[in-house]
Amino acid sequence: MLGKTAGGLYWMFRFLERGENTARLVEAGFRIALTRSNDAASEWRSLLTSAGVSAGYKAKYDQFTAAQVVDYLLRDTTNPSSVISVTEKARTNARMVRTALTTEVWEAVNENWMGLKELLKRPVKETDLPAILGEIRRQNALVRGAVSGTMLRTDIYDFIQLGTSIERADNTARIIDVKYYTLLPSTSFVGSPLDNVQWETILRSVSAHRSFRWLNNTEMTSSNVAEFLILDARFPRSLSFACGTIDQNLGFLAKEYGTTPQSHQMIAAQREKLRRHTISTIFDEGLHQFITDFIRENNAIGQQIEQDYRFNG
Amino acid sequence: MNTKHPHFDEMLASDSSVRAPYSGYNTWFSEQDPARLSKKSKEAEAFFLRTGITFNVYGQAAAQERLIPFDLIPRIIANAEWTRLSRGIEQRVRAINAFLHDIYNRQEILRAGVVPVELISRNAAFLPQMVGFSPPGNVYTHIVGTDIVRTGENDFFVLEDNARTPSGVSYMLENRETMLQMFPELFTQNRVQQVSDYPKNLRRSLEACAPPNCDGKPTVAILTPGIYNSAYFEHSFLADQMGVELVEGHDLRVLDGRIAMRTTQGFKTIDVLYRRVDDDYLDPLNFKPESMLGVPGIMDVYRAGNITIANAPGTGIADDKAIYSYMPEIVEFYTGEQALLKNVETWRCSEPDALAYVLENLSELVVKEVHGSGGYGMLVGPAANKREIAAFSAKLKKNPGNYIAQPTLSLSTVPILAKKQLAPRHVDLRPYVLCSPKGINITPGGLTRVALREGSLVVNSSQGGGTKDTWVLED
Repeated sequence: MLGKTAGGLYWMFRFLERGENTARLVEAGFRIALTRSNDAASEWRSLLTSAGVSAGYKAKYDQFTAAQVVDYLLRDTTNPSSVISVTEKARTNARMVRTALTTEVWEAVNENWMGLKELLKRPVKETDLPAILGEIRRQNALVRGAVSGTMLRTDIYDFIQLGTSIERADNTARIIDVKYYTLLPSTSFVGSPLDNVQWETILRSVSAHRSFRWLNNTEMTSSNVAEFLILDARFPRSLSFACGTIDQNLGFLAKEYGTTPQSHQMIAAQREKLRRHTISTIFDEGLHQFITDFIRENNAIGQQIEQDYRFNG
Repeated sequence: MNTKHPHFDEMLASDSSVRAPYSGYNTWFSEQDPARLSKKSKEAEAFFLRTGITFNVYGQAAAQERLIPFDLIPRIIANAEWTRLSRGIEQRVRAINAFLHDIYNRQEILRAGVVPVELISRNAAFLPQMVGFSPPGNVYTHIVGTDIVRTGENDFFVLEDNARTPSGVSYMLENRETMLQMFPELFTQNRVQQVSDYPKNLRRSLEACAPPNCDGKPTVAILTPGIYNSAYFEHSFLADQMGVELVEGHDLRVLDGRIAMRTTQGFKTIDVLYRRVDDDYLDPLNFKPESMLGVPGIMDVYRAGNITIANAPGTGIADDKAIYSYMPEIVEFYTGEQALLKNVETWRCSEPDALAYVLENLSELVVKEVHGSGGYGMLVGPAANKREIAAFSAKLKKNPGNYIAQPTLSLSTVPILAKKQLAPRHVDLRPYVLCSPKGINITPGGLTRVALREGSLVVNSSQGGGTKDTWVLED
């Protein structure tokens, strides 16, 4: 496979994953705005930080109102991470790597883009927001379904999974990073209504509030929320799960290509670190430091993959 | 613009009876509900958009993608007509390859005085880098798209030879695919020759042109200028259908005297490069130094016999419109036979007598740039107003050698589905021809382009033309 094609696939699925995550953040923010309008501005602010776009937002707006934030996150083409921007970039990449995709995947990505362009042509009215977010989720599910059901499990599939998982690990880690203080046992009073809402927001922004309850009954503590997001390998958006997928797909590449370049050692080390830790040792060492390190290392792994597989020459 | 002379309609004779090749289709058509057909037509459009069968329009906002309108009434050619046409095309393509080899080597045709020397020596499409070199298998035009027009029952003319990088073959394939999906019954009721083998034939034909230094199974790749090129869809479509890599200049480099592409596992040698990049942009070391689309040094690799470039650099000299006017003589010179296909009468404005005639009759003629393509920069006299003609006349006088003129042909028509009924529209035909040392292969039919506006003669997709599925019937 061409290095360019591998890079195109990898970034295509990073963009798709990012779009989906941004839509999720909007959904969580909208929920807060509905239930606790007093805290809405600060919630929107931290969601923008989680999405990594607060600098761009502040350059454009002074206030954090639902309409502006939603517009910026969903349909602002000057925001490189808005849903419309990343959907378009994913589709451009798909055109570039068209020969590596099945017809079903290409059509799903193309229709996703055509549908979103239409859907986000005008500013989104509050009443339409749930339906639009639902449509974004549905379109993404169609792409995923096409990938899972029609793509050969070759190196092409591995680069798809790598892009998805690197992006996902980054997204989940950034959500924790922005909200880390609400998860610290020292500063939170277990079971206070405020914390429950904060944790609930975090879980909603990774679409996991129900999964969490399913696994943990009704017991919600800072410790088990953090553990769930970082270490629970059953949860597909946890750091542990994402790293497992990266490791696994690099492993498939090693088998197919017969080489284990540097990114393989890096992901092995990252996984080993997660394996060594329990949630209490993470708290002991400092949650914030742990997450910051994780994000840095995850980025480094992504860059190393680009080099190891000659995405850019 | 309205044509002055009654034109030849390929489906309906002047007494409104249905011509023989269309009789089977007409039986089916007369049983169709017009509303259903019109719905099918919209379905086809949605299908093209969804699958991304689009082209980019130059001069419009970046990444603007458009559909080429598809008309669902097929253009039907009888087997006997096709046999005659394809013999003529084959003869012409053989002559073109012989001509190119001669022009870049012994130049006997110039010495014999059949083609004037100035036409070659002062022609930008003539590449000195090709002189004294024979490409693998002596094939210059691996892929040709001969544009053919019809004016009467037995009157076919070659309009252009397109020996550089003819495009549109993906539409030929997708149009058939669409028809098969929408109206499968038509293909059980009518015996239509297949076109779907084209990608396989193209790959085999290219492989058969591998360079002498290639050992083992040749690796083929398509070189595209990238996703913003107007024909990008076609490049990726063909790569996909042939099962070869689609590369851009920055994926390639010269390595140990070969052309290699950067893969996830290191560099891999390419033997045959089907390039959809113009000569000028192919090699910044040998041609335009600012080109980002090509591969520095590829011409040296080529001349050392380590890669095949398809089509060969410098083939443009053969589809130069001034050379075109000599094509009957060229065919005769190299084959010893009369040309089977006629040329359109052509005035070379470089010649004073011809220029005088052309200036006198601009409102009747079609004037084209010698190196132009895509319907840009041409004058269609009968459709132009006085001011346009005056402006063009000034351009023409300034640089007469840059133009040729042809009579406005009364192109044949084929009906399209317009507002639920049939309406005649002018068409042309571009059959696709593959050349290799193993022989010449012509896909039955080709791409029919249709001028969708009533009376219009301009079929180019960049100028509002559409396409039709083209059937060649079996005997």
